[in-house]
Amino acid sequence: MPHISMTVNGKVASGDVDGRVLLVDYLRDDLGLTGTHVGCDTSQCGACVVHVNGTAVKSCTMFAFEADQAKIGTIEGQAEADGTLCAVQQAFREHHGLQCGFCTPGMVMSAVALLKETPKPNEADIRAYLEGNICRCTGYHNIVKSVLAASGQDVAARVVD
Amino acid sequence: MYAFDVEKPRTIKEAVAALKREESQALGGGQTLIPTLKQRLAAPETLVSLSGIAEMAGICRNAAGDVCIGGATTHAAVAAGADAYPALAQLAGHIGDPAVRNRGTIGGSIANNDPSACYPAAALGSGAVIVTNARMIFADDYFQGMFATALDEGAIVTELRFPVPMAANYQKFVQPASRFALVGVFIAKYTDGVRVAVTGASQEGVFRWTEAEAALSAEFCPAALGALPVDPHEMITDIHGSAAYRAHLVKVMASRAVAEIT
Repeated sequence: MPHISMTVNGKVASGDVDGRVLLVDYLRDDLGLTGTHVGCDTSQCGACVVHVNGTAVKSCTMFAFEADQAKIGTIEGQAEADGTLCAVQQAFREHHGLQCGFCTPGMVMSAVALLKETPKPNEADIRAYLEGNICRCTGYHNIVKSVLAASGQDVAARVVD
Repeated sequence: MYAFDVEKPRTIKEAVAALKREESQALGGGQTLIPTLKQRLAAPETLVSLSGIAEMAGICRNAAGDVCIGGATTHAAVAAGADAYPALAQLAGHIGDPAVRNRGTIGGSIANNDPSACYPAAALGSGAVIVTNARMIFADDYFQGMFATALDEGAIVTELRFPVPMAANYQKFVQPASRFALVGVFIAKYTDGVRVAVTGASQEGVFRWTEAEAALSAEFCPAALGALPVDPHEMITDIHGSAAYRAHLVKVMASRAVAEIT
């Protein structure tokens, strides 16, 4: 039983875990952080995306023991302590970037990672970066608008879909 | 998945020792192995995680000018760092999706030899050398069939060495859901000739299209591929495409790669 210790949204979390425990299940079941979702469990849909040491990772395809000593960021850690939404969350709200909301945590986490790498992405950049995030509800166009808006760019500048 | 013990070696030496155990399995980025374990298609007793081995990650050039990539280097790192070999960096940057690329490793991909994976096409198309903890294997001898390689039991792919060509390009027809290569063609022009490696098409995995290599070495232009037949025998037929369709795609992707290089 590996012993692990990691920081999640700035707080230390540690304990013994069975080697088989997936990072997503550790976050959801052991730490009660249920904002990260299990959509497909086959690493395609991206509803489970979290940040590991600053980069986007599909937490259903990583073991908790692999995150030992890592800095983890989940959707719960994106807003300010006083509840103020981060730029991406605010943009999703304003531009109707979600319907059922199931894919949304993964979309937000991927978008946050994208904007860190590419502060002013164009539509093609956004769609390419979100290739690993699947949405059944929206048809993606409002998600693209939301990410453009979050980056401070003109939403109308997107290519007609 | 079935239960297993975990080993986290810090050095190649420690990893090799751990892999001498019965029923032990190396874990790279896990992007193939973890889904495999979830489906109970494998049941190792010990998982030996290679991601903590610093000496296995990184990109550099050797004295011969080859691009040398540590087996534990992620696709994202190759995409960002292999600027000495642009076609290779581009191939890496289009494997899977961004999150998958942050975990998946070149060593894992090469050790697994998925018949639809991209890296085998780059390795075979470049005449790369696969370096293990015990020996070096030329690409031409390494790929031995679907999920079959020349790797010895318990061996680790510690490094890949890619000779840098004068020009190269990789064209992949992306299967839209899995983002694997329905067909992928890697063409590289070296001073001593052209290499054409095809992935995704054959049941035997990656192969060299030798007729195309001969034609392109004689004259490097899209028209050189014109009359060449592609034999659909032994090509993969599945829900994504028939053998005949894949055979057709081989020629289309190869022509596009040549056009990009020209």
